[in-house]
Amino acid sequence: MQKRNSGADFALTTSQIPGSSKPDPILIADKITRQFGGLTAVNVNHVEIQRGSITALIGPNGAGKTTFFNLLTGYDSPNSGTWSFNGMALNGVPPYKVARLGMVRTFQLTKALYRLTVMENMLLGARAQKGESVLRSVFPWIWRSQEAAIRVKATSILKNFKLIEKQDDFAAALSGGQRKLLEMARALMVEPEMVMLDEPMAGVNPALKQSLLEHIKELRNEGKTVLFVEHDMDMVHEISDWVIVMAQGEIIAEGTPATVMGNNQVIEAYLGAHHDTDLTSEGA
Amino acid sequence: MDFLFIIQQTLSATLGVNAIIFALAAIGLNMHFGYTGLLNFGQAGFLAIGAYSVAVPVISFNISLWVAFLIGIFNSIIFALLLGLPTLRLRADYLAIVTIAAAEIVRQIARSATFRDFLGGSDGITGKFASEFFDLNPFKQGLTTPILRFSGNDLWVVITGWILVALITFVMWVMVNSPWGRVMRAIREDEDAVRSLGKNVYLYKMQSLIIGGVIGSIAGFVYALSRQSVQPDNYGTALTFFAYTVLILGGAARVFAPIIGAMIFWFLIVFIEQVLREGVTSDVIPDWLIGVNQVGQIRFMLMGLGLMLLMIFRPQGIFGDKKELALDAKA
Repeated sequence: MQKRNSGADFALTTSQIPGSSKPDPILIADKITRQFGGLTAVNVNHVEIQRGSITALIGPNGAGKTTFFNLLTGYDSPNSGTWSFNGMALNGVPPYKVARLGMVRTFQLTKALYRLTVMENMLLGARAQKGESVLRSVFPWIWRSQEAAIRVKATSILKNFKLIEKQDDFAAALSGGQRKLLEMARALMVEPEMVMLDEPMAGVNPALKQSLLEHIKELRNEGKTVLFVEHDMDMVHEISDWVIVMAQGEIIAEGTPATVMGNNQVIEAYLGAHHDTDLTSEGA
Repeated sequence: MDFLFIIQQTLSATLGVNAIIFALAAIGLNMHFGYTGLLNFGQAGFLAIGAYSVAVPVISFNISLWVAFLIGIFNSIIFALLLGLPTLRLRADYLAIVTIAAAEIVRQIARSATFRDFLGGSDGITGKFASEFFDLNPFKQGLTTPILRFSGNDLWVVITGWILVALITFVMWVMVNSPWGRVMRAIREDEDAVRSLGKNVYLYKMQSLIIGGVIGSIAGFVYALSRQSVQPDNYGTALTFFAYTVLILGGAARVFAPIIGAMIFWFLIVFIEQVLREGVTSDVIPDWLIGVNQVGQIRFMLMGLGLMLLMIFRPQGIFGDKKELALDAKA
């Protein structure tokens, strides 16, 4: 298989303007709007996500990043617009089908399943389990061998995420950072092509942060696409190949981390247009 | 006071027909509430549908009792679909509201004058619809020992009933410990997370509602058979709440909880009643304190007090794990 190395290649040849086309997009969204009453939370004209890249979605609070995430993954429906994943139109596709197509998300407020053990959380993630059918569940010999295979896979991922000692603990017993790790590890059990991470670093201590970063880079090395929402600019800088900036529901900038963070519009969106005006002079 | 009589009455109730009915009703609720997190407040409706479905076909249409059982299961599946289709996509509270209303609708229709010819109105149905079942009884003389006493019919219901409870509990145990059961428990914790892993949550919730409902209707079969009559007002909201009491007593999301819960529930009710009654009639309890006619009410008061104490000192129920219950706070 052709080794698609980091997004750096495509980043060099792609124009750094909002809505620019990518050489090999896995996700394409067009004219997506979502209104809550009078408020337009999302108004994205066109966006493409490059396959095999790590793309960051940043923006100030209330920019519509999470709403956009919810729309893309089927957890919310837009007022208008179309979007496709791997060429498959996703309008009206329910979240569970989106996940089965290979686009798996995590949540801003971590959704570890508290009264399931860490191992059960992991096992749940595997696809096409025979024992998950109501009729076959009654005949353990039908699903036992598959269950064992899934357990082997879960064990190896848990080892990789350094959660293996916790495998028999309830997920509720984990720390906030460990729950983020578990949620990501669980998403990998689905064998996704694209992973959508909603603020993977929020509330994670610096030591765990580094290991989370490594895991995300590893996903790219395995050929998976990562789209993540994040506020931690150091992280965005360190791992993303491409950055998309949202403000007030619209995409206002796109480009490599270095270019985007030097962009005046982006700085204004984050800090306000008059952030360097001396406050004392206004009263005079 | 006749202590032996108290023991005999209490033990017979602990293992008796009512304990079977409530165990079955609570097993259904355990599927709904304990394992899937569905707040079904209309379990009485499923029992009513089960009970009427065995009585009406046999009496009004001369259909065999065994076919009537199948009709009952079919009807409870239809009822579960009716409840679930509009509500399972909504938040859990909506199911609670809809189920409590639906169960009342079932009861009101059953006791309405309009369908009196079929359903017997407020008098219900009394008749020989259960003869096919009791004809098979090899223990017609019943059981009389110092500590246990059942009439011939009751003994037959008790034996077949507990076998049924054991079978259903075994199947439940296999199911909740399978990957299917894992999905169910995950839905109880957070449905959105389960969706994000590619599971059709709506389908699973519907399966849970149907399975728990069918078990509820089987409880209704036992209710109708054991009394050889069906009274609409037996299937009010109190029945649902007693079934919940049984479940919580035992400990939700524990396979054996409904059985032990039902036994404890009927042990307490009958024990308290018999002690009070014996106490009053033999003047151990003075008349100015409790009269004979008040015993019925006071046993429920004491029962309520006991339940409150249980919830304070052992909120997880008999089988539950207190640590696990504390996790529910979603720390």
